[in-house]
Amino acid sequence: MGNTLTIASAEFRRIFVSPLAWAVLAVLQIIAGYVFAVTLYQISANPTALNDFLGVSDYVGANIFGFMTVLYLLVMPLMTMRAFSEERKSGSITLLFSAPVSLSQIVLGKFMGLFGFMLVMLLLVALMPLSLMFSTDLDLGRIAAGLFGLLLMLMAFGAAGLFVSTLTKEPTIAAIGGFGLLLLVWLVNVMAYQEGAYAEVFKQISLLSHYENLRRGVFNTSDVTYYLLFCALFLWGSVQRLDMERN
Amino acid sequence: MDGEILIEARHLSRRYGPTLAVSDVSLTLRKGEILGLLGPNGAGKSTTMKMLCGCLSPSQGEVLINGQSMQAKPEAAKRSLGYLPEQPPLYPEFNVDEYLGYCAGLHGISRAERAAAVTRAKQACGLTHMAKRNIANLSKGYQQRVGLAQAIIHRPPVIVLDEPTVGLDPIQIQEIRALIKALGREHSVILSSHILPEIQAVCSRVAIIDKGRIVFAEAMDVIQRESFGSIVLGLRRPPDLAALSALPEIIGVEALGEQHFRLRCAREADPREAIVAEAARDDWGLIELRPEVRTLEEIFIEKTSGDVLAEAA
Repeated sequence: MGNTLTIASAEFRRIFVSPLAWAVLAVLQIIAGYVFAVTLYQISANPTALNDFLGVSDYVGANIFGFMTVLYLLVMPLMTMRAFSEERKSGSITLLFSAPVSLSQIVLGKFMGLFGFMLVMLLLVALMPLSLMFSTDLDLGRIAAGLFGLLLMLMAFGAAGLFVSTLTKEPTIAAIGGFGLLLLVWLVNVMAYQEGAYAEVFKQISLLSHYENLRRGVFNTSDVTYYLLFCALFLWGSVQRLDMERN
Repeated sequence: MDGEILIEARHLSRRYGPTLAVSDVSLTLRKGEILGLLGPNGAGKSTTMKMLCGCLSPSQGEVLINGQSMQAKPEAAKRSLGYLPEQPPLYPEFNVDEYLGYCAGLHGISRAERAAAVTRAKQACGLTHMAKRNIANLSKGYQQRVGLAQAIIHRPPVIVLDEPTVGLDPIQIQEIRALIKALGREHSVILSSHILPEIQAVCSRVAIIDKGRIVFAEAMDVIQRESFGSIVLGLRRPPDLAALSALPEIIGVEALGEQHFRLRCAREADPREAIVAEAARDDWGLIELRPEVRTLEEIFIEKTSGDVLAEAA
């Protein structure tokens, strides 16, 4: 555990000393801020849209969080591409391979470092709906569920991205590969709306459909389990891939 | 010198697809020894070192580091190991202190002792005044030193260095050699190099690898001992060959021209004094008497150019 935390904190530091992390945070914040402002403008232009069943929390939360999932899908591969590809390219991966740490500690450490970055991203997004607390009553439970869903989604993106990063030496290939993989699992959702015997299966596989409940504030164990299994699968895959590399 | 065995490699082989990069290499290294691994480019030096350090699994064979099997208990084995690969494994975005602190943590040095370990490693490698510099901005020589500091920070019993003096200036090379020698007293060190004088200056044993096999392994003091197999003799008024072969301890005579001869001596014998006395008594006119000591370079060329000679013949 100590080793995992050592790797995680170093990874977290490495993410934040690179300009990429700051650029990603800045761009996300500008776009999220724009969406937030537009949402508020819509409410003020048409206040009757809100009623007893649809409050500010739903409206604002749903808009921003829904939008963020797409943005995260675009930027997470950029954050994960360096994890193993770049280290392999520069040879620094040898440091981890020759140190007394196991492969699962390496993968888990990298993932936890990334997890720290995810928390920072979420915090910045959470500030926007939370800023409304001063002027209106928010349903904090719903916002929390939405944020929790976003975090689970980010974790899934991160795990899949790390896995793709273990496959190649080129960070750019890791980025495009990770993006392709995520988009594919995302778009499986489309098949869920087609008539067919497997519609339900596709719905269960898709990254998107499991987020819908959480966004509406419904905390469903099966959705949470889905994301955790998704992470576990790809982290396990990463460990297997690194092990193969030595043979 | 019967120190405990710190590295033991048994019959290591490694295939890359159809290519056999390393074939049946066995090595033993005791505490206090420095082994120099020599070989032409592509001979399998780096592959052997990667296998010793657990970065590559051997196709066959076994590695024991400090009595722990690299295959069965990799973490226990790696705890006793410091490794500087060909390309130093650095994080360019960290400064020297941050990087070494991280390495210390990876090798299980507790938080309280990390600062002391970093200071010690920096002093050993002459990095103290670079502590706050970003690794990306350091020169190649200093990056190499950081790599070396990383390998010794946890004071491992076994240190494996792949071409540690590449890219250093002559003064740095001297310093690093002195450091390796000092390390060699307390630890076991394996280093690879193409620079023969470096191996000669630093190592207590030499192994030459060619085409994945160990073709020569000997202790350095045996190679450098004043023992020689032949003497070149120059005489102004040489006697006939029979008189020369009648000299004590001489087992063969070969004429190298009118006045020069190569005398092959019996093993472990030194007939020089007897030859001088004989030459003076019989007035041969001695003008040259030179033992032919084999240098490491000659051994290296002899052992690694087998194919070239075979083709020429």
